[in-house]
Amino acid sequence: MSSSHALPISIKSVTKTYGAVHALDNVNIDVASGEFLTLLGPSGSGKTTLLMALAGFNRPDAGSISFGSEEVVLKPPHKRNVGMVFQNYALFPHMTVALNVAFPLKLRKTPKADIQEKVLKALDTVQLGGFEDRQISQLSGGQMQRVALARAIVFEPRILLMDEPLSALDKNLREHMQIEIRRLHEKLGMTTVYVTHDQREALTMSDRIAVINHGRLMQCDAPRDLYNHPMNRFVAEFIGESAFLTVTRDGAQILFNGAPLKHSSKTIPDGDLLLMIRPERLAVLQGETPDNMNVITGHITELVYQGETMLTYTQVSDGSIIAVRVNTRSGHALTNAKVGDPLKLGLHPEDTIFIAADGGEV
Amino acid sequence: MTGELTSHLNQNALKRQAQRERLSLLGLTSPAIIIIMIAMVLPVGWLFYLSFLSDEGVISLTNYQRMLDSKAYTRIFLTTFKVAFLTTGLCALIGYPLAYFLSQLPERIANICLLTVLLPFWTSLLVRTYAWLVLLQRKGLVNEWGIGLGLWDEPLPLVHNLNGTLIGMVHIMLPFLILPLYGSMKSIDTNYLKAAANLGATPTQAFWRVFMPLSFPGLFAGALIVFILSLGFFVTPAILGGGKVIMVAMQITRNIELFFNWGASSALGVVLLLITLGILYISSRFVSLDNILGGHR
Repeated sequence: MSSSHALPISIKSVTKTYGAVHALDNVNIDVASGEFLTLLGPSGSGKTTLLMALAGFNRPDAGSISFGSEEVVLKPPHKRNVGMVFQNYALFPHMTVALNVAFPLKLRKTPKADIQEKVLKALDTVQLGGFEDRQISQLSGGQMQRVALARAIVFEPRILLMDEPLSALDKNLREHMQIEIRRLHEKLGMTTVYVTHDQREALTMSDRIAVINHGRLMQCDAPRDLYNHPMNRFVAEFIGESAFLTVTRDGAQILFNGAPLKHSSKTIPDGDLLLMIRPERLAVLQGETPDNMNVITGHITELVYQGETMLTYTQVSDGSIIAVRVNTRSGHALTNAKVGDPLKLGLHPEDTIFIAADGGEV
Repeated sequence: MTGELTSHLNQNALKRQAQRERLSLLGLTSPAIIIIMIAMVLPVGWLFYLSFLSDEGVISLTNYQRMLDSKAYTRIFLTTFKVAFLTTGLCALIGYPLAYFLSQLPERIANICLLTVLLPFWTSLLVRTYAWLVLLQRKGLVNEWGIGLGLWDEPLPLVHNLNGTLIGMVHIMLPFLILPLYGSMKSIDTNYLKAAANLGATPTQAFWRVFMPLSFPGLFAGALIVFILSLGFFVTPAILGGGKVIMVAMQITRNIELFFNWGASSALGVVLLLITLGILYISSRFVSLDNILGGHR
């Protein structure tokens, strides 16, 4: 990723209110040059408001947005020179595919011969060679998506913004396009800010994910860190599946149902704590208990067969019910399990994550 | 594509049920069909029949022949087209900026403004036309003020001619252009303009390259309605034209009132109808008539 194709983005103290509602509440994010950053949050969280502020369609009440060393918060959208893919593509219906892609080049007074060449190259990049003369109404959803992408990159912007670009596509195509957009990003190297409410999409595509809720930045980290070490209950629940068990402190030790837990956390939040468990990180134990694991016992209350895994609801010793994902390989421990069977679960100390019980409300 | 049935279970009963359903639907629509037959198809058919009757009551093409032979008729048709064309052009020129302005206003204010556009609809056409007569005549308000303010010295010939006809007709036709145009402008997704801005278009460029082309179907629809209505217009040219602007509709009345010639009038009516249908047919190749006639979008 050469830096000449990309600009870093710096978002400082950006605040936007609609009446009494904080759409954005003092948001600070630095996006590195060439980074793929995803803004993730439920609908109404403010992620789109932030993206629109980057594009210039939305004026924050306060704060600074800079592209590279240039402050852009006062610049109108047409002077920001950023590529953008809109949620419903916003392809001009009165122009052909080629005219849509050529639109930004014509506005930039690019010579005719160059326009032709660049349009063809951009369409080639999104694998739509030969579609130049099609009308927009003749395209499928996936093809429109590609044209929108071609139009956004054809003038070689150093920043690319995407507003839930895949939400209108069906699941298979969406997963295919995720990989393709990611590849395109690696090839072109522009700084990309991507908005989605789909946590799996965010995990699949991003270098870093900024989780936003109620206009506030909840956490901004690489996908792996976000999933393994969520900083609060909101992030833990919004990304992946999770179950929470109440734990108590006893001096330096942390106890679940009276038994001390082994863990590898260096810092533990203050106040009341919860033990966060990912359903797939629990191991079903048989026979000897390995001594490097925390053991939780219980019995099965419900079994849900979901193809690759069996979702096993288990009532554990303190009475709460947690979900366990068990692989459905033949000959596995739970192949013939029934409701009511006792279950012994092992949790690795590295997967034993404590989060504060309050804060980060959903 | 009717494939070979692989099961015959209940086949006949199901078929009978489908037939019964079709019959009952036909029964339900029949009152409407009968009304349309009596109110629309029969009179038009009668009109066609009359147009082929000569003065002596024999079937012939005399009435049509006369239209081709007489210079007066050619002039009347030319005048009709000229007035309709100019009215449409002026309506578009005045209506487009107005509709654009309305479409950019906040919903509530736009609705109030639309109400004022519609207000003339609720006053009598005749009253409005006579009001123009009062305003535009030699000693009318407009000329008195114009001379009083020293804008012009002699009373301008504003009425009893083409000027007066056009002023009156544009005033009456304007809502027919503005309403469909406003509707089509409102339905333009603002994301298109955002996309244009994002791609580097100034607001002016976005208007000319994106908004304007996308509003054309609405403009065309409005213009078509105005043009077709103008072709058959009677009251305004009759009163404000002062006998100098003779349009087809006026010739039809004249034929009946002066000469009691139903055949000649019917033939004019038929020709006007055919011209209108012809225009609609040609237009339908450029824009969907569903849009114009208020069908689905």
